[in-house]
Amino acid sequence: MIGMFAYNIPFASIFIMMITAIITPLIPNRKRLPEKLSCLSIAVVGLLSAYLLYELTASGRTISFNFSMGHFPAPWGNELRAGPLEAVLSLVFCTAMLLSLTGNFSSTAEDIAPARRNIFCVLVNLLTASLLALTYTNDLFTAYVFIEINTIAACAIVAVKEGPETARAALRYLVMSLVGSGLVMIAICLLYDLTGHLLMQNMHNAIAELVATKRYMIPLTVSLALITAGLAIKSALYPFASWLPDAHGSSTNASSAILSGLVLKGHIFTIIKVFYRVFGLNVIHALRMDTAIFILGILAMIMGSVHALRQNNVKRMIAWSSVAQVGYIFLGVGLNTVAGIAAACLHIIVHACVKPMLFTAAGGLSNAAGHRKGLHALMGTFYVNVWAGLGLIAGAFSMMGIPGFAGFASKLSLTLASFDHNSIVWALTALAASSVLNALYYVPAVIVVLTHNKDARKNFTAPAPTMSYKISMCIFLALNFYLGLFCVPLLRLITRGVNVL
Amino acid sequence: MLEKLLLNHYEAAAVILSGIGLTNLLLQRNLIKKIIGLNIMDTAVYLFLAAKGYVEGRAAPILISDGAGGWLRSSELYVNPVPAGLVLTGIVVSVSVTAFALALTLKLYESYGTLNIDEALMKMTEEQHQLEARIDEAEEEVLS
Repeated sequence: MIGMFAYNIPFASIFIMMITAIITPLIPNRKRLPEKLSCLSIAVVGLLSAYLLYELTASGRTISFNFSMGHFPAPWGNELRAGPLEAVLSLVFCTAMLLSLTGNFSSTAEDIAPARRNIFCVLVNLLTASLLALTYTNDLFTAYVFIEINTIAACAIVAVKEGPETARAALRYLVMSLVGSGLVMIAICLLYDLTGHLLMQNMHNAIAELVATKRYMIPLTVSLALITAGLAIKSALYPFASWLPDAHGSSTNASSAILSGLVLKGHIFTIIKVFYRVFGLNVIHALRMDTAIFILGILAMIMGSVHALRQNNVKRMIAWSSVAQVGYIFLGVGLNTVAGIAAACLHIIVHACVKPMLFTAAGGLSNAAGHRKGLHALMGTFYVNVWAGLGLIAGAFSMMGIPGFAGFASKLSLTLASFDHNSIVWALTALAASSVLNALYYVPAVIVVLTHNKDARKNFTAPAPTMSYKISMCIFLALNFYLGLFCVPLLRLITRGVNVL
Repeated sequence: MLEKLLLNHYEAAAVILSGIGLTNLLLQRNLIKKIIGLNIMDTAVYLFLAAKGYVEGRAAPILISDGAGGWLRSSELYVNPVPAGLVLTGIVVSVSVTAFALALTLKLYESYGTLNIDEALMKMTEEQHQLEARIDEAEEEVLS
């Protein structure tokens, strides 16, 4: 059995972030204390998650447990659930969140007025809390509430940077998110009506019974379609991704990194939980939702890259590349096997580590080019800010899937997972085509950055990268190589986690 | 078909209302109308939930003690309290989201003087073009 300390970690993690969000506005707003406090809390939660992971998987065992909130028994009380997969994800979320904040420490100071910086911290803390809650929750309505908290916080960290452009991007993002969460709420109400439960396990049993007796199949299909569509809008699956480049491209670098790397992943993991825990893979297959997700995933992989090719602004290019990467994750989910979902989870982790690095690097480079974001303006900036240049190159190689970099590991596991699927030809073609397309826009970016430009040093009077930038970039690079070279134990761990999800 | 609709008239009304709300939220170009659409959609969901939780002839779920450790009425006599709880949570969420959306709309109006999201976009691209033109001019001056 699990120790009392570890048993309380899922709840404590969410609670610590909530409390930090409440006290951040109260502490004095100087020497950047609020940001330091937030970073400290996130680090503490990350360490707790690491300990939880150790407790759940040490010496070859695989444990998952339910934490009952308020000590009411199962059908009535609210529950959290933790297993190895949840622990790994919350560890990765905390790490990426912390690095996104520390890496962009100086650019946050430039973009956000001092008086608003503690508000920014409140939002970041709320986002972390909602991501953790989405990871751990075992109750669909709690998931809905945290999806909404996530929406507000995510739109607000876009709008926190002053300017009409961000206000417009945030509004667009908010409207699309509200459509998404409205659909999710309708779906949850329908499911509650059909099953009489809100806890995932009880819902699963009730749905299995309904499907076995072939009752209410149409309402069940409708509610599955609605909840998938709602969460797909929020996780920027291709036809619903038009809001993403505006929101991710115009916000401050830390916000872009957090939104692209983490916020999308919280919703994707919720979809995985709905598929795996609430409906079950057999029902998903019977209702044909796996095929729909599979096709949309392939579409996103291609179209995301095609749109990225047409961008001139480096941040918008990276933002569109996120759409393509989300497509990879949905491809894995659409395979509808344990291996597919494990590969999707690995890609969630890989993308959560690589995309914040790319945004941090792009921020550093455009800062070196005098705050210009056009690709041509970045010529020769590698030699002004070497750390950012290294980050961009490693991130680009990773997204293309060069062996040794993180993206290779997850693409390999997606390929291997598609081998026991009927549509292997489609999956492999899409993976190959998308990798080539990725290369088509990342390679020119790398070449531009590396091209010697005599005027670069003269014209660009950017301050040297700070110590926190260098350290964060080092950790990002180390994580990138770790994931690329030693992904097998991690994939094995994720598979164990998916099995007890 | 019609009989079933009449039997479930609350649900039918809720579906129609949420359709109206969703269409408004997606298709209206005026932001205030968009936000009104959002509220109609949310309210439709509350109607649906309230209709689902209601049981004909039963009372509000308030337990009254009989003073001897028991309850005056058995729990069989109450409507389902869970949907009411969900509606309450939903109302809180929708109020906060509405407030946030209105705040952003106000900001947009301050910057562009319009509530139409397309007009705002047009003005923004115009401004960007002007800015780029000015930067180009400045660069040419420096070069010459």
